[in-house]
Amino acid sequence: MAVRKPPITTREYWAPGHAACAGCGCATGMRLVTKAFSEAMEEKYGDPDAFAIAHATGCMEVVSAVFPYTAWKAPWIHVAFENAAAVAAGIDAAWKKKGIKGKILAFGGDGGTADIGLQALSGMLERRHNVVYVMYDNEAYMNTGIQRSSSTPYGAWTTTSPPGKYSVGEDKPKKWVALIAAAHQVPYVATASIGNPFDLVKKVKKAAKVDGPAFIQMHCTCPTGWKSPIEKSVELAKLAIETGVWPLFEIENGDFNHIKIQSPGGGAKVKREGGKVVAIEFKKPIEEYLKMQGRFKHLFKRPEAMEELRNQIKEMWKVLGVEVTLPKAEE
Amino acid sequence: MSGYEPIRKVISGNYAAAYAARDARVQVVAAYPITPQTSIIEKIAEFIANGEADIQYVPVESEHSAMAACIGASATGARAFTATSAQGLALMHEMLHWASGARLPIVMVDVNRAMAPPWSVWDDQTDSLAQRDTGWMQFYAENNQEVYDGVLMAFKVAEQVNLPAMVVESAFILSHTYDVVEMIPQKLVDEFLPPREPLYDLADFSRPFSVGALGTPDDYYEFRYKIARAMEDAVKVIRDVGKEFGERFGRDYGSMIELYRTEDADFVFLGLGSLMGTVKQAVDVLREEGYRVGAAKVRWFRPFPKRELYELAKTVDGIAVLDRNYSFGMEGILFTETKAALYGTDAHPLVRNYIVGLGGRDFTVKDIRNVASDMMKAMEGGETSEEILWYHLKRG
Repeated sequence: MAVRKPPITTREYWAPGHAACAGCGCATGMRLVTKAFSEAMEEKYGDPDAFAIAHATGCMEVVSAVFPYTAWKAPWIHVAFENAAAVAAGIDAAWKKKGIKGKILAFGGDGGTADIGLQALSGMLERRHNVVYVMYDNEAYMNTGIQRSSSTPYGAWTTTSPPGKYSVGEDKPKKWVALIAAAHQVPYVATASIGNPFDLVKKVKKAAKVDGPAFIQMHCTCPTGWKSPIEKSVELAKLAIETGVWPLFEIENGDFNHIKIQSPGGGAKVKREGGKVVAIEFKKPIEEYLKMQGRFKHLFKRPEAMEELRNQIKEMWKVLGVEVTLPKAEE
Repeated sequence: MSGYEPIRKVISGNYAAAYAARDARVQVVAAYPITPQTSIIEKIAEFIANGEADIQYVPVESEHSAMAACIGASATGARAFTATSAQGLALMHEMLHWASGARLPIVMVDVNRAMAPPWSVWDDQTDSLAQRDTGWMQFYAENNQEVYDGVLMAFKVAEQVNLPAMVVESAFILSHTYDVVEMIPQKLVDEFLPPREPLYDLADFSRPFSVGALGTPDDYYEFRYKIARAMEDAVKVIRDVGKEFGERFGRDYGSMIELYRTEDADFVFLGLGSLMGTVKQAVDVLREEGYRVGAAKVRWFRPFPKRELYELAKTVDGIAVLDRNYSFGMEGILFTETKAALYGTDAHPLVRNYIVGLGGRDFTVKDIRNVASDMMKAMEGGETSEEILWYHLKRG
């Protein structure tokens, strides 16, 4: 009987026993990203272990290393909140000087990347360090107890964007750091999601193999902050893709004229012109994604806010050069 | 004194810092420009550009990232160096704690500059002294030669005790003033300062480990204690390294406080950095006039030379502490430290505080003579002004 090759290495760099919440999508992300990274290192340098991790303060940092324990089976350093990219840059400089063959993987949450770490990220990208920065985007400051970040989507409840008589919840559009990263014209930028692990692995490997910096914005479910069922984390992330809420794309060398859009699935009709995605007709309404999460509960009583969210999603797709139609949920 | 031929150059304090970084075979420099530090990193960039030094230079986007990048580099075993000043040092503050907490022997030159506002680029020690509690060792240079020597010694000490070290020089008075500096041939520097042997290395892929973990109340305390112990141990290392430096290169730094004509002194001036060059000159003048005064220059402010200060204090009736810095709500910072170090001992000299030269105001031999008169009056029990004297204050 033929033994089927596992779709990804059985090596583990993210050990069980960490203290993440049940159903944590970010934890799934850590595991998949490090596995994919290791495969890339093996293919590129012949050594699956040839990488070190620089980690910003945040959920995954705090749950993974509580002295004297660690969940990391790769060299790992955590130095504050705003500077994973700068620490990674320093490691890169030292490795260049010492001729170390390998690559640096940096992790930061959305707060540590889109807000307080944006400057250090920009510096690292601009200086072309040999670093893959993975932003695990669970769309709020979850570690400190669910406060809004600039990556929190419109309409979401957080403890600092509570809906009320005078508030729709978060009232600003989501900031897409991937687009900011791509504007640095770095070799590789992508969005990814734990809702599409195959796509995620492929992108991490691609990012890890380029010479120079790469950036991946990875959507990760947070059942605690999103008020979603713990057993549905992957399904929920997948729904974000299928309903058009989370775009999957790649931008190489800052070429915004040739953004590669991955097919969202979920029955969506993708229209291409000259190999380029120009329009997507989504079949699943965003409500299907939203209704599984307590953070959007109030939107179902606020049709104007729901409509505004839909508009913002369309606008975001326009930036990517894609006209989308988003169906409304049937009453 | 060993018979070697030094390389004599007329250079600024900043160039002395850059040459020392080069001669220390620094591997990574991450730095951000700020007046009056800039010529240090410009010179290093020049060394790299003409092949005089093989350094990975990271032109970061902020001082915060400069120290973060030094931490990353140092955590993977590299000899890392940076330089900054005032506002830049303040921006780095968070990272200074991380560097010492991660036990990384990073060396930084801080060019003492006054903190704003008012905006100022001139000499003042408050920027570096405000970093007192970050777990960094601090060496204060009196002149350009000491900047050069200080950087070399700082690396050696730091790498032995696994704590970072700051070498401090004065804005413009040293940073931009040219003076003869005797540099040491590379081979001899290499013998004095061998390659670093790091505690850990992030490129050690076969032996992965985690740095920067969460420390619960069960563990945090001991981590702090270990840093405290390392800082205590540094006292001996500093003295040994300073003595070795003297034996090899003829300039002895075996004591943490440099004494100048203190033998039979009634009182001494105590201070830090370039200020003490002027004080020594004033001491010569006063001595010629028959006054028994001396100067005591605190070379290492952290670890604080408690023992040496006590030994000195036993032999004098007064200590005039000259502070080019101030801690609001208290007094000059060296004044506080001096009294704290002597409290509970059997040394009871009269200790008075003179706040001088803030924001780069000139402090001359004439001024020092005025301080001496005030000090002598106080020691005679005469009518004197308050204990903390704002020496230059424009009144009325």
